[in-house]
Amino acid sequence: MSGMRGLSVFISDIRNCQNKEAERLRVDKELGNIRTCFKNDKGLTPYKKKKYVWKMLYIHMLGYDVDFGHMEAVSLISAPKYPEKQVGYIVTSCLLNENHDFLRLAINAVRNDIIGRNETYQCLALTLVGNIGGREFAESKNPDVVNADGWADRMAQLLDERDLGVLTSSMSLLVSLVSNDYEGYSSCLPKCVKILERLARNQDVPQEYTYYGIPSPWLQVKTMRALQYFPTIEDPSTRRSLFEVLQRILMGTDVVKNVNKNNASHAVLFEALSLVMHLNAEKEMMSQCVALLGKFISVPELELCVLFVVDHLLVGHNDAFPATLQENMTRMLMITDAQDIIKKHQPQIITSLKDPDISIRRRALDLLYGMCDVSNAKGIVEELLQYLSTAEFSMREELSLKAAILAEKFAPDLSWYVDVILQLIDNAGDFVSDDIWFRVVQFVTNNEDLQPYAASKVREYMDKIAIHETMVKVSAYILGEYGHLLARRPGCSARELFGILHEKLPTVSSPTIPLLLSTYAKLLMHAQPPDIELQKQIWNVFKKYESSIDVEIQQRAVEYFELSKKGAALMDVLAEMPKFPERQSSLIKKVEDVEDTADQSAIKLRPQQLPSNALVLADPQPVNGTPPPLKVPSISGIKVGISSNWLDHESASQTQSQPNGDLSKAQSQIPSADLLGEMVDSLAIEAPAVDMGSHQRVYREEDGIPDEVDGTAIVPIGDQANKVEPIGNITERFNALCLKDSGVLYEDPYIQIGVKAEWRGHHGRLVLFLGNKVTSPLTSVQALILPPAHLKLELSLVPDTIPPRAQVQCPLEVMNIRPSRDVAVLDFSYKFGTSMVSAKLRLPAVLNKFLQPLQLTSEEFFPQWRSLSGPPLKLQEVVRGVRPLSLPEMENLFNSFRVTICPGLDPNPNNLVASTTFYSENTRPMLCLARIETDPADRTQLRLTVASGDSTLTFELKEFIKEQLIAIPMGSRALVPAVPVPAAPLAQPPSPAVDANDPGAMLAGLL
Amino acid sequence: SDISILSLQIRFILLQNRQGKTRLAKYYVPLEESEKHKVEYEVHRLVVNRDSKFTNFVEFRTHKVIYRRYAGLFFSLCVDITDNELAYLECIHLFVEILDHFFSNVCELDLVFNFHKVYLILDEFILAGELQETSKRAIIERMSELEKLE
Repeated sequence: MSGMRGLSVFISDIRNCQNKEAERLRVDKELGNIRTCFKNDKGLTPYKKKKYVWKMLYIHMLGYDVDFGHMEAVSLISAPKYPEKQVGYIVTSCLLNENHDFLRLAINAVRNDIIGRNETYQCLALTLVGNIGGREFAESKNPDVVNADGWADRMAQLLDERDLGVLTSSMSLLVSLVSNDYEGYSSCLPKCVKILERLARNQDVPQEYTYYGIPSPWLQVKTMRALQYFPTIEDPSTRRSLFEVLQRILMGTDVVKNVNKNNASHAVLFEALSLVMHLNAEKEMMSQCVALLGKFISVPELELCVLFVVDHLLVGHNDAFPATLQENMTRMLMITDAQDIIKKHQPQIITSLKDPDISIRRRALDLLYGMCDVSNAKGIVEELLQYLSTAEFSMREELSLKAAILAEKFAPDLSWYVDVILQLIDNAGDFVSDDIWFRVVQFVTNNEDLQPYAASKVREYMDKIAIHETMVKVSAYILGEYGHLLARRPGCSARELFGILHEKLPTVSSPTIPLLLSTYAKLLMHAQPPDIELQKQIWNVFKKYESSIDVEIQQRAVEYFELSKKGAALMDVLAEMPKFPERQSSLIKKVEDVEDTADQSAIKLRPQQLPSNALVLADPQPVNGTPPPLKVPSISGIKVGISSNWLDHESASQTQSQPNGDLSKAQSQIPSADLLGEMVDSLAIEAPAVDMGSHQRVYREEDGIPDEVDGTAIVPIGDQANKVEPIGNITERFNALCLKDSGVLYEDPYIQIGVKAEWRGHHGRLVLFLGNKVTSPLTSVQALILPPAHLKLELSLVPDTIPPRAQVQCPLEVMNIRPSRDVAVLDFSYKFGTSMVSAKLRLPAVLNKFLQPLQLTSEEFFPQWRSLSGPPLKLQEVVRGVRPLSLPEMENLFNSFRVTICPGLDPNPNNLVASTTFYSENTRPMLCLARIETDPADRTQLRLTVASGDSTLTFELKEFIKEQLIAIPMGSRALVPAVPVPAAPLAQPPSPAVDANDPGAMLAGLL
Repeated sequence: SDISILSLQIRFILLQNRQGKTRLAKYYVPLEESEKHKVEYEVHRLVVNRDSKFTNFVEFRTHKVIYRRYAGLFFSLCVDITDNELAYLECIHLFVEILDHFFSNVCELDLVFNFHKVYLILDEFILAGELQETSKRAIIERMSELEKLE
C-alpha cells in the first residue's frame, strides 16, 4: 500500500458516507477530478495515472458506470515499469472484455510482452489473454494457437509432467479439448489413469498439494471429469487399472468430523461414482455404487450431490446417441440397469420433493422427471399432481408442463392421460399453458375410442361450481365435437349440455366466447331429433352477439346464425374435425427449443451440459426477483426424434385430395415455406380448435374443404407425398451396432427399432424393440428374417399392429453354425394410414459377435503360433490402403471387435500381436491368433497374419480384420484391394459370399 | 475447430458483503456493464436470503452458484449445472485460506483497502475460469516475489 495514500483516503471517504446519495456525490466528484486530470494528461506522472486507474476500478466495483478512462488503463500496459504495467493489466481485464474496441489498442503491447524476455511481463500478458482475450488476441499472438487440431501428441506430453500445479492446468486444457471432441486423444487415457493412481495412492504428492490430507482433490476431480468425456475405455489393462483406483476411492471414503475434509473427499467420491456409472462397470461395482448412494442420500449436506450423481447417471448412458434420438425407448434400452438402481431410491427422491431447500426440491423434480418410465409413471405423475397444490408459484408452470409431458409419454392407456390433464387443469389452471390443453384435444380427436370417455369426463367437471376458464375451453371443445356421443345418458342431451355450458359464458373472458359459439353451433347441429326450443335459445345467443364489439365474436355469431338457417348445409360445414396430422408434441418441442440454445459440443457427451461459453442471460422477471424455472438440464434425457417440421406427407396427401384450386391463393399469401413452417408451428394444434371463425376459414368451410391449416396447400405435390424417409444413416447405425450391443437400428417419423443383444459362445439373443412413436396405430407390421447359410435365426411372433405410442419386444434367437462374414437381413414393413413403409435392415449378428476376448502370455502364444505353420491354417497378406492409425488407436480398434491385443509379446514395437476365441457349432471354441506388422514410414500399409485351427475361420477372420482396417467403422466402404504376398500363396477356401442360393448374403451384398 | 467453443468452468467470481457491496468481481465471460451489475444484484439477493441450513448450491439462471459465507462476506462462484459442486465449495475455502495467510487473519477491511492485491492473488489462483494453482505456498511465494518488484 506504500505511496497509495490517495486511494486509501478515497476508500475511507466512501466508507464514511452516511447514505447512498452522499456516496454518489463523492463518486461523482472523484470521477470529475479523474476526468479533468486525464484530459490534460501532459503532467500526469505514472504514479498518478496508476492511482486514478485503481480508483476507477474501485468505483466500477461499487456499481457505478465508468464510461471513460479505458484508454488510460490500456495505455498503462505499455508502461516500461512493472508497477504501472501490472495495474494496466489488472484493471483492463476487469473493465474490458473481448468485445471492446479499446482492447484492440492493447494487442500490440500485449504481444510485445509475450515475445519479450521478461518472464513476469509474459505472465501478466498471458493472464490477460486467458481471462478476456478472444479469438483476435489468440490469432495475433500465434496463428497456430487457434487451431486445436493435432494437439493430441503435445497434450499427451503435457500429462507426463510431475509438478502437480502444472498438471492442474494441463488437465483443465485436456477437459476443454475432449469436451469439444475426444477423438484422437485416446493416448491421454492411460496417462490420466496414472495421474489418478498417483493421487489416490498418495504416491509422491508434496505436502503443499494435499488439502486436509487429501491429495489435490481438484486434480482428482478434473482427471475423472476428463475421463468421462470418452465414451468408453477400450484398452483392457487401462480399464482394469482405472477400476482398481476407482474401487479404492469408493471403499476408502467415509464421513469424518472436519467439514472441509468431508467435502473434499466427497467431491472426489461423487466424481468417481459418476465415472463408474459412465463406464458401465460390472454389476458388482454398480451395486456397490448404489449402496453408497443410498448411504449418502440420508446425509443432509450430501443429499443434493446424490441427486446430481443419479441424474448424471440417467443421461450419461445416452452418450453414444445423437441428442435427438434420446427418446424414452432408447433410454430404456440403454440404461435398464441404471434405472433399476435409481428406482430403489424413488421414495427418498419423492421425500426430497418436500425438502425446505428449493435447490433440492428442484433437483428432485428434475430427477423424477428423468427417471420416469412406463412402470412408474402413474406413481410419479400422481406425486407431481399432489405436489402441485403446495409448490411455490415459481415452480408450478414447470411442474404442470412436466406432469403433462410424462402423462403423455408414458400413459399406460389414453384415458389415464385424459384424467391427468383434466386434473391438472382443475388443480392449477393458471399454470397450464394452452399447449397442454391443445394437446389433449389432439389426442381425443385422433382416437375414436377415447372420445366418449373424454366427453363424459369433462361433463363431470362441468358440474363443479367454480371451474377454471381453461376447463371451460377444453370442455366446450370436446362437448361440441363429441357431446352427441353421450346423448342417451342422463343430463347429456344437447339442450342440457348447452344449458350447462351457457351458464359458464358470463364467467369467461372474450377470447373464450367464440369457442363457445362454435360449440353451440355444433350442439345445435347434433341435436337429434331437431330441437326447436334449443334452436330458439341458441339463435338468441347468436343474435345477441351479432353486434358484439369484438370482431371475432361478431363474425362467428353472424356466420353461425346464417349457416344454421341453411339446415342440411350446416352438417357439412360443421362436420367433425378431421384427425390431426401426427406431429411432435408441442410441449416436448417447447422443451427442446430451450435446449437447442445449448452449446452443441457440450451436448455431445453430456446432454445435460449447458451453453458453455456464456451465461444465458435472458432475463425473466426482475420485479419479483425469482429466478426463472430452470428447464434445460432436466429434460435432456427425454427427446423425441421427430422432425419439427410437421408439414409432412399426410397433410400433403390431403392437399391432393382437395378438389378446389386454392393453391395459388395460398401461395400468394405466404411468401416462403420456412416462414410458413414457423407460423404453423406456432399455431400448433390450436388451428382447428380456436381459429374457426377467421373470415377466410369459414368461407373455405362453406366450399366443403376440410378444415386444415391453410398452409398445407403449398406443399409441393409429387412422389414425396407418400415416402417415409428414415431418420439418421442406416449404415452408420448398423456399423455402430457391430461394435456394441444396444442401440437404434432404424428410425423414421413413425417407428423406432432398437436392438439389445447378448452373446454367449455361438449363441446369441437379440431383442428387437419396435416402438410406435405416434398417436395412431401402425398396422400390417411384418418382420421377415433372411438368414445367411451360416446362421440359424428364430424370430418370435411379431404382432400385426403396434398400438399408439406402444413398444413391442420381439426376441430373436441366433445360432452360429460356421465362420462367415455374411450378414442376416431383416425385411421390415408396416402401414401408416394408407402408406406402406418398408426397409431392409442388416442385423448386427456379425462375425465378431462370436468372438470372446482372450489375452495370452508369450508362453501360451508362441507355441500355438509356431504349430500353425502355414496356409491354409495360417494366412499372410500385405494390406494396402489402410486408414492411417497410430498404434494405440489400432489397439483400440482391435479390442473393440474383441480381438484382444497382447501387449509386449512382439519384440518389435511397431508390431501388434492379438488373440481371441471364436465360437460356432462346427468349430467349437477355436483359438485365433493374429499379428500385425506396421510400417512406421507408411501407415497406410501393413502385413497381416492370421492363424487358427480351421482354414475357413482363418480366411474369414483375416478378411474381416481387413474390412475393419480399410474402412472402419463408420466410413465408406473401402477402396484398395489387398494384394496377396507372392511368398505365401493362398489356398483360399471358396468364399461363401458368392453363394447364390443364400438370399441373406445376396441382400447384404446389395445393401 | 474454433478455440472459442472450448468449455469453461467458472463463469464469474463475486465477493459481496451482507449489504450487497461488491468487494471483488471477476468475470470470465464477456458481459456488458449493465449485465454485470444485474448479475451482482441477483446473486446477492439469492445468497443473502437463503437459510443457513440449506445447501451452498443454488441454481442461477441456467447455471448454478456455489457460495460460502465467512462472517459478513459471501464468496460466490458461478459454474455449469453439471460441475462438481463440492470441489468448488472447497475451492472457495482454499481461496479464503490463501487470503488469510497473505493478510494474516484476514477481515473484510483488508479486502476493501487492498482490493488490488485480492485481484492479483485471484489471478494466481484462477486463470481463464480454471483453477491453475492449488498450492498455498506457491501462491504466497509468488506474491512476495511480485511485491518486491513494486
